[in-house]
Amino acid sequence: MIEVDFDTTFGGAGRVQANATVTDGRRSPARISARFTSQARVLALFGRSGSGKSTVINVVAGLVHADRGVVKVDGEILLDTARGIALPVERRGVGYVFQDGLLFPHMSVRQNLMYGATRGHRQPVRESGQGSVSFDEVVSLLGLERLLEQRAPTLSGGEKQRVAIGRALLSRPRLLLMDEPLASLDSGRRSEILRLIERVRDEFGLRIIYVSHSIGEVSRLADDVVLMNEGTAIACGSVEDVFSRPDLRPYTGRFEGGVLIEARAVRQDLAHVMTTYAFDGGELVAPGVDTPVGARVRMRIRARDVALATVRPQGLSIRNVLPGVVRAIEDRGGAIVEVHVTVGAETRPESVTTALPERELLSRITRQAMLEMNLSAGQPVFALIKAIAFDKRSMGFTA
Amino acid sequence: MLSSDEWAVVALSLKVALASVLASAPLALACAWLLARKTFPGKTLLDATVHLPLVLPPVVIGYALLVLFGKQGPIGGWLHAWFGVSFAFRWTGAALAAAVMGFPLMVRAMRLAIEAVPERLEWAARTLGASRVRVFATVTLPLAVPGIVVGVLLAFARSLGEFGATITFVSNIPGETQTLPLAIYGLTQSPGADAAILRLCAVSVALSMAALAASEWISRRLRGRGPAGNTREGIVA
Repeated sequence: MIEVDFDTTFGGAGRVQANATVTDGRRSPARISARFTSQARVLALFGRSGSGKSTVINVVAGLVHADRGVVKVDGEILLDTARGIALPVERRGVGYVFQDGLLFPHMSVRQNLMYGATRGHRQPVRESGQGSVSFDEVVSLLGLERLLEQRAPTLSGGEKQRVAIGRALLSRPRLLLMDEPLASLDSGRRSEILRLIERVRDEFGLRIIYVSHSIGEVSRLADDVVLMNEGTAIACGSVEDVFSRPDLRPYTGRFEGGVLIEARAVRQDLAHVMTTYAFDGGELVAPGVDTPVGARVRMRIRARDVALATVRPQGLSIRNVLPGVVRAIEDRGGAIVEVHVTVGAETRPESVTTALPERELLSRITRQAMLEMNLSAGQPVFALIKAIAFDKRSMGFTA
Repeated sequence: MLSSDEWAVVALSLKVALASVLASAPLALACAWLLARKTFPGKTLLDATVHLPLVLPPVVIGYALLVLFGKQGPIGGWLHAWFGVSFAFRWTGAALAAAVMGFPLMVRAMRLAIEAVPERLEWAARTLGASRVRVFATVTLPLAVPGIVVGVLLAFARSLGEFGATITFVSNIPGETQTLPLAIYGLTQSPGADAAILRLCAVSVALSMAALAASEWISRRLRGRGPAGNTREGIVA
């Protein structure tokens, strides 16, 4: 369990201006306050740049002073100003992967990796209790074998970030903090590192706080998300809830509108290389068979990928046709309206036995279409989603 | 070429300069680190005090040393009573005067070198469990080494040329406090020593040039290997 509750003010004499995102020219808010608790294995801090995300993890790490507050990780108090407790950075047991890696330039990769591994006092912290994290294990997971004797400045961006992750893991942290670890990478490297972070999450079983302004990364990796806006944590909850809540759309919706669903692979069609997923609103098919049957995935359905029909269409290339009911239409007066469609009310397949409420999808259509179709709340419709709308970027495995 | 007396002057000058930089380097490093990394009440005052020898007339420094470190002075008397160390009219006094005069140069170069080490690298080290002392020894210091070496060599060159504070503090005693500049000054007071003066001036120029060239060479060599590219292994091992 991660418990954070603090306030801090910047600009006081003698305090380091610690926000790492300051370099992008934005000024971070003068006052940062955050209050949240989470049981999540991966907790994301999400918000636009300058919203105070990095400051929050810097307070957790002890790199930034908090005027007032409490930080607890699994019951261990890292900071409690009321009781005069503030563990120094080096005794907090946090690993920190910085945006730019921050490898020690005067050391080899091996020396960088070993830097935090040599301290004596920290006990191996690993939930599974299988002993300490071994050097070879980390090196092979991150594919660093061939880099070990290289000097840090000679590495590429992706390699640096892999070493930074390994270095943090080998210091045997109880909590891993990651500050936009993909931000300085190109898109190819990004998905590679993202996959590695997923494996780290699953194989090392440690808690992670992940800072990002990418909805894709957050929905792939995180269980819970804390939404930051102008220095304040305005919401905390499961990724699906927070990204589906209409009142938070102004903060999440700058990114493409849509919903996030959790689904399970139920069937593979090897002949057509397709996989069928069940979720609490029905079934969906998506191309590819790289998801093992039974695996849970998180899928993002963008509002622009959802079309609507009043009758079940015939002769259609679109693979996913979900019957549902219009719940509401959001009409802000422009050319485009957003239709909330409830799916799965009657069509819930037997494979999904949970008692969750039926699922709402979001569809973005033109006002012209809405008028021609005479759409209104309560009307039965069919939601149409192309199978190829689910690409690698909108799907992620959840452990 | 040089007479044995003249060789003795050169040797004494080197000894004084060496002692002055070796003794003052740790203190200069501490001052540089404080000024580069810390905020505390009185920081401006410390900064000004460190720089004072750069702007004060050397004779004022020399006189202040005489008052403070003389046998009857508050610090000198105490040091003599407890440790048997004395500065007045001894080569150690010449080294002290040279150290004080070279101190601002040394601190300045070291401070710039420390400021050039990204503070976030030190943060990264601390999140990996390193104490402040270990961070300094394994991250800050190795990365700042080129600038630190330059500071020491600059102060060494400055020590070789120290005159005003030295002659005020410890006088001009052949074989004890008579360094190169003082010897040259002494010779200018007696007629017919032009050749000797020229010889000592040439030595002085050569030594200073050598110190500056060494500083340039070392800094280029260390920087040339990339950011703080010293390849010493075993820094962490």
